Amino acid sequence: MYPSKFDYHRPSSVQEAVQILSDNPDAKVLAGGHSLIPVMKLRLAAPAALVDIGRIDALQGISRSNGSLRIGACVTYNEIANSADVQAAAPLLAEAAGQIGDRQVRYRGTIGGNLSHADPASDLPAAALALGATLHVTGTGGSRSVSASDFFVDLMMTALQPDEILTEVEIPATAAGTGSAYVKFEHPASGYALCGAAALVSRGDGGSCTGASLCFNGVSSTAVSASGVASGLVGSDLSDDAIVSAVSGLSIPDATGDMFASAGYRQELAKSIGIQALLTARDRA
Amino acid sequence: MGISIELEVNGASVSKEVEPRLLLAHLLREELGLTGTKIGCDTSQCGSCTILLDGQAVKSCTVLAVQADGSEITTIEGLANGEYHPVQQAFWDNHGLQCGFCTPGMIISCVDLLSTNPQPSEDEIRHGLEGNLCRCTGYHNIVRAVQDAAETMNG
Repeated sequence: MYPSKFDYHRPSSVQEAVQILSDNPDAKVLAGGHSLIPVMKLRLAAPAALVDIGRIDALQGISRSNGSLRIGACVTYNEIANSADVQAAAPLLAEAAGQIGDRQVRYRGTIGGNLSHADPASDLPAAALALGATLHVTGTGGSRSVSASDFFVDLMMTALQPDEILTEVEIPATAAGTGSAYVKFEHPASGYALCGAAALVSRGDGGSCTGASLCFNGVSSTAVSASGVASGLVGSDLSDDAIVSAVSGLSIPDATGDMFASAGYRQELAKSIGIQALLTARDRA
Repeated sequence: MGISIELEVNGASVSKEVEPRLLLAHLLREELGLTGTKIGCDTSQCGSCTILLDGQAVKSCTVLAVQADGSEITTIEGLANGEYHPVQQAFWDNHGLQCGFCTPGMIISCVDLLSTNPQPSEDEIRHGLEGNLCRCTGYHNIVRAVQDAAETMNG
């Protein structure tokens, strides 16, 4: 299968890239290409131009400073999953990245492409949401920062403007005493999440819960935070019963029903996978 | 609009002018005649088109030829060096194939797996090869072949 014809641009800087995007309203950004090229081959997308940002040095690299982790938009899943810095400062992200697709896909797919594509069944959006990531974006008008909770607008829609590129993902380092886990129930053929749960659980000195976060992929049109479950856990003793009880009332608004799973089934999956993720995160706290 | 690209394919320099939409798999098969690389599903699932791009196993049906500009590529044709690569020999010895269609991609993925994990457990082999599908379901002998190759390569 061939994509439709397109013009190809390979800018060497972010400024050059956003200018090309601004000048070509029907252009798309190409990073690893593992979401974009398949939809172009199927002719579900036929952009007039591609802006290949894969060689822009400023979009590469992982660094740690002042309690936060900064990951360039073109850093691959493989680099994230195997990075000692990510494993230490945001193990949830490393765990989620290591579960995406397969080995070959993880060598090519990038964190920036993943979050910008905003496929609700992908694995990184819920992790970014649970970790409280800040997404740095640049357009022709300058740079700005968007919190993950404001970034995912709707099905495959983000807060990015047409001339903007996601350049860097900043993640607060997970504190000592906080455990995390990413658990997914995947579609057996595609590997995409029918439901994926990203959990963070913090324990105080006395063993009780001082903070929690539980976010889901795959259940509705965007990654969602189950803030009610998290606030219900705070102050609890984090026993199995406390976790099951906190999740029992979970109801995700506008759960998706499709050929793979009904909305009701996804709601039940979210409870089951959510409990597993919270139990694992607790045990790691 | 043609784009000039330069690659090193199986050790040989290649210069081509290509359409931006040309997929790396098609460049290899149709322009360079390297038909050992197969196209199976054409949707980045089956792994038949796996090649090494700068030493990493990637699905060449999901990479544009222009993205590979300046890279080193190894296909199944480039693995043997006078004699079979240990992974090729191990697939032969253990009958790690049935129809053979998935084999080039499977072998390239195994080379990549063993380069990062020289002594994988059976579980790690099965997990490491999840991006390659064998529709004959000949996985048991493929796993044996990888174990055998690991043993040979570790001397």
